[in-house]
This record gives sequence, C-alpha cells and structure tokens, in this order.
Amino acid sequence: MNKGDGSYPDDLKYTREHEWLSMQGDVGSIGITHYAQEELGDIVYVEVPKTGTPVIAGEEFGTVESVKAVSEIYAPVSGEVVATNPLLSEHPETINQDPYGEGWLIKIKLADLADVKGLMTAAEYRKFIEDEAN
Amino acid sequence: MQETTGALKKTPLHDLFLEMGARLVDFSGWELPVQFSSVLEEHRAVREAAGLFDVSHMGEIEVRGPGALVLVQRLTCNDAARLGPGRAQYSVLTTESGAFVDDILVYRRGANDFLLVVNAANTGKDLAWVERHASEEARVTDASARFAQLAIQGPRSEAILQECTRIPLRGMKSYQFAEGEVRGAQAIVSRTGYTGEDGFEIYLPPAAAAGVYRALIEAGRGAGLRPCGLGARDTLRLEAAMPLYGNDVDDTTTVIEAGLSRLIHFDKGEFVGREALRRQQAEGPAMILAGFELQDRGIARHGHAVRAEGRQVGRVTSGTHSPTLKKSLGLAYLPPRLAAAGSRITIAIREREVAATVVPTPFIKRRRRGGLLEQG
Repeated sequence: MNKGDGSYPDDLKYTREHEWLSMQGDVGSIGITHYAQEELGDIVYVEVPKTGTPVIAGEEFGTVESVKAVSEIYAPVSGEVVATNPLLSEHPETINQDPYGEGWLIKIKLADLADVKGLMTAAEYRKFIEDEAN
Repeated sequence: MQETTGALKKTPLHDLFLEMGARLVDFSGWELPVQFSSVLEEHRAVREAAGLFDVSHMGEIEVRGPGALVLVQRLTCNDAARLGPGRAQYSVLTTESGAFVDDILVYRRGANDFLLVVNAANTGKDLAWVERHASEEARVTDASARFAQLAIQGPRSEAILQECTRIPLRGMKSYQFAEGEVRGAQAIVSRTGYTGEDGFEIYLPPAAAAGVYRALIEAGRGAGLRPCGLGARDTLRLEAAMPLYGNDVDDTTTVIEAGLSRLIHFDKGEFVGREALRRQQAEGPAMILAGFELQDRGIARHGHAVRAEGRQVGRVTSGTHSPTLKKSLGLAYLPPRLAAAGSRITIAIREREVAATVVPTPFIKRRRRGGLLEQG
C-alpha cells in the first residue's frame, strides 16, 4: 500500500502528532506523515473542516480513520482553512499511497508565520519517531 | 497454546512473524499479528482466494469419560447428542441467566471424547466453570498448550490445504472434521472458521505449527493465499455478523438477545440457563442484537450511543468499514421494535449524529459450500 521508503522530505516541517506542513508564501499545506499513515494502516474515512473555518495551532481540527483506529489530526499552525483536498472523500486511501503529495488534507492561510518556527525539521522528526519507537 | 515470556504470551509462530515483518499487537494478553500488508488486501484475499491465520491463542478443553456427553449437555445450550464422532457444532456455555460464559465450538472426537474450543481470554474462566460442574465420570483437561491452531479461509482453501494432507477434503461438509496428518504432523482438520467463507481450521502440535504454516504459504503462492492478521479477521467476521465475545456477547447478554436462538435446544433436557431462556423466550427479550448500516460517512465503533425517537436506545457493540460492501456497518442491541430491518436510528460518532438503517444480518451472504452462515 505505502511506498515503504520511510522518507521524511527535508523541505517540510513536522509535529509531534505526526502532521507535516509545507509552506508556499503565507499558505501551508497540511497532511499526515509516512509514519502516521503506516501506523494507521488502510485509511477509509477522513473528516476535515470546511473552507473558511479557523484552526488553532496544537488543537484538533479533524479525524482520519483506518479500518482499525481513529486518529485525531492537530493543526501545526493557526489560521484559516482555504482549501480541502477534494480527492479524499472518495479516495481516502490516497493518504496511504502518497502522504506528502496527492494525500494532503487541508491548506491553511497562516495567522502568524512565526508558528512555523516551533515545528520540527525532518532530521528532528526522524529522531523523534526513532525515540518514540524505542 | 501458550508460552509465556515476559508480559505477553506468544504463539509458536511468533519468531516467524517477526521475520515476515508482521505488525504485532497485544490481543487479550497475546502478542499477535494485526496485519501483514494491509487489512483491506488481506480481507479481499479471503473473500476471493484464501488467507492464512494463526489462531493458536484459542483455548482447548478436553472432556473425556463415560459422563462426558452428560457434562457437555448440561453446560451448553446446543444439542451435543446430535453430534456424531467427527462432527462439531457452534454452541454456548451458558450462565444460569442464559448469558454467555463463552461462545465455543464443541468437537465430538469419540463417543466419550469431546474437545471444547474457547476464546483465548476466557480459557481460565471456562476451564474453572467446566471443572466446577464435572463429575467423576468426566475428566476435564486444559489442552491449550498441546494445540496450535491455524485457519485457512476462503474459496481456494480446499485446493491449497489438499496439497498438504491426504485427509480427503472434498467430501468434508461444513462443521465436519477429520484427524490425520498435515505435512507429517498429527492434526485435527475441521471445515469451520470465523470469516463467513468456506475454509478449515487445523489443530496441531505447537512444534509442527511453523512448518505447516510455511508449507501452506508455499502451496498457496500461485493461488493468491495471503498471511492474514487480526485486523482482517475482525472485518471478515463482522461482515458475516459472527459475534465477538467481549464486544457483542458476554455474561450480561443472553443467547436469545444475541439472536442465536437457533442454538438453543430446549427439548434436549436440563441445562444451565434453560429456565431463564425459556422465560425470556415466552416473555420476549427487551433487547436484541441487530445489524445496521450508516447512511452517511463515518465509522461506528464499539461503545458509540445509538439513538432513536429522541433518546438513547442502545450502544454499538461492533462497527467497522466493510471492505466488501464499502459501507460502514455495525451491530447494536436495540429494543425489538427497532431491531426490524428498515428501522431508522442514529449513531453518535463523537460530536456527529449519523443516520443509520437497521438491515438484515449477515451483512454478506456467501456461497453455501462450507459456509459458516449455516452453522448451528
């Protein structure tokens, strides 16, 4: 199902709750990491807020469900939802197949660009999940 | 079968699973694979080809001696006297109130020789229960450590297993079993399972389990056989609406409430729970286990509240995304008037109220051949 490369792209930022953030100007795309999708297994349902909804850094904004488990998704940064991934309602498995690309969840217009500084780099995140596994 | 190392018990296949890269989880004290590749792929393999499960955690209790039949008859609600040697039945160890000590399989290996196959988490409790009722005429033994158990399930199971045994499988009917060799190991092979598909369960010495497991994987390679974990086992059994002890049935739910009245044989004579079940049959149960399908997106899970007519009427006992039907399904105890197909209910999934409709169970009907849907 997954590509199994276990990679964590260097140009992304990461959270302790296993979300990633990719910045383009003042808009950030958000998804869940390779590690998260692999832990969850086959994703069959995704719930995210509508465009226009405010989200707050560190707070839950949606859920991703696999056959086995429900997982809350937390906002890496504060802002307003400006887009949701239309592919996911019919094809939630896209998250398993391409977590950093076609499997993105929402895009947020950031309220404060300084939020990004509090997130982990790829190297830090890699170390974080290694520590978590042990 | 058990071998205790540290906190979690391991089956004889544990090392092999580590080697295969399976994801292992704690399942009622046992470290077992939840998935090998993907629950959805494993599920599909069982519906369309075949899947191989390690179910060595299941408990086995032997009841032997001239009083064996009397004891089994006294403790279970199904009629074990109808079993000839080489036949098995789905049954219930009933409490005085007609609830479940456990749901079990009863194998009759000889006139005075029964094997009860019980849920892993209940083995100790069941053993104590059976021993408590035993007489000098019936010897009760915990045989769990002497049996590993594999389940090969799916339409291609017969062809694959036949490559590994001389036991003739073609003529074996659902709920029949035979004893013989599987890849050189002495085994009990029964046409039973927990997936709603044709298939077999194989009881064998723990030392032989890994060899037979590998042999079956090898024999099934060209036929689409996949190693399967507990994740797929759960979605498969739920599509077939087969209850899971601790989720859908327990010692507070009766056999009638669970919708398993077909397993009750009042005419066989006295058994534990008979009076309570007779009374409930006459009066009608207050709740009955029913299947539902969500009308909107989401997944119902164990414990979610069920509402109808503006109030809470029950709780979800099991729920999942059905890989076969691509719908969200579940089971819940409901008042009988709401348990009829077509009834409208809602499920409280976290903060959302999701509309659902009561539907007939099993959710999927499979080919008759060996199907578990004709059990009883």
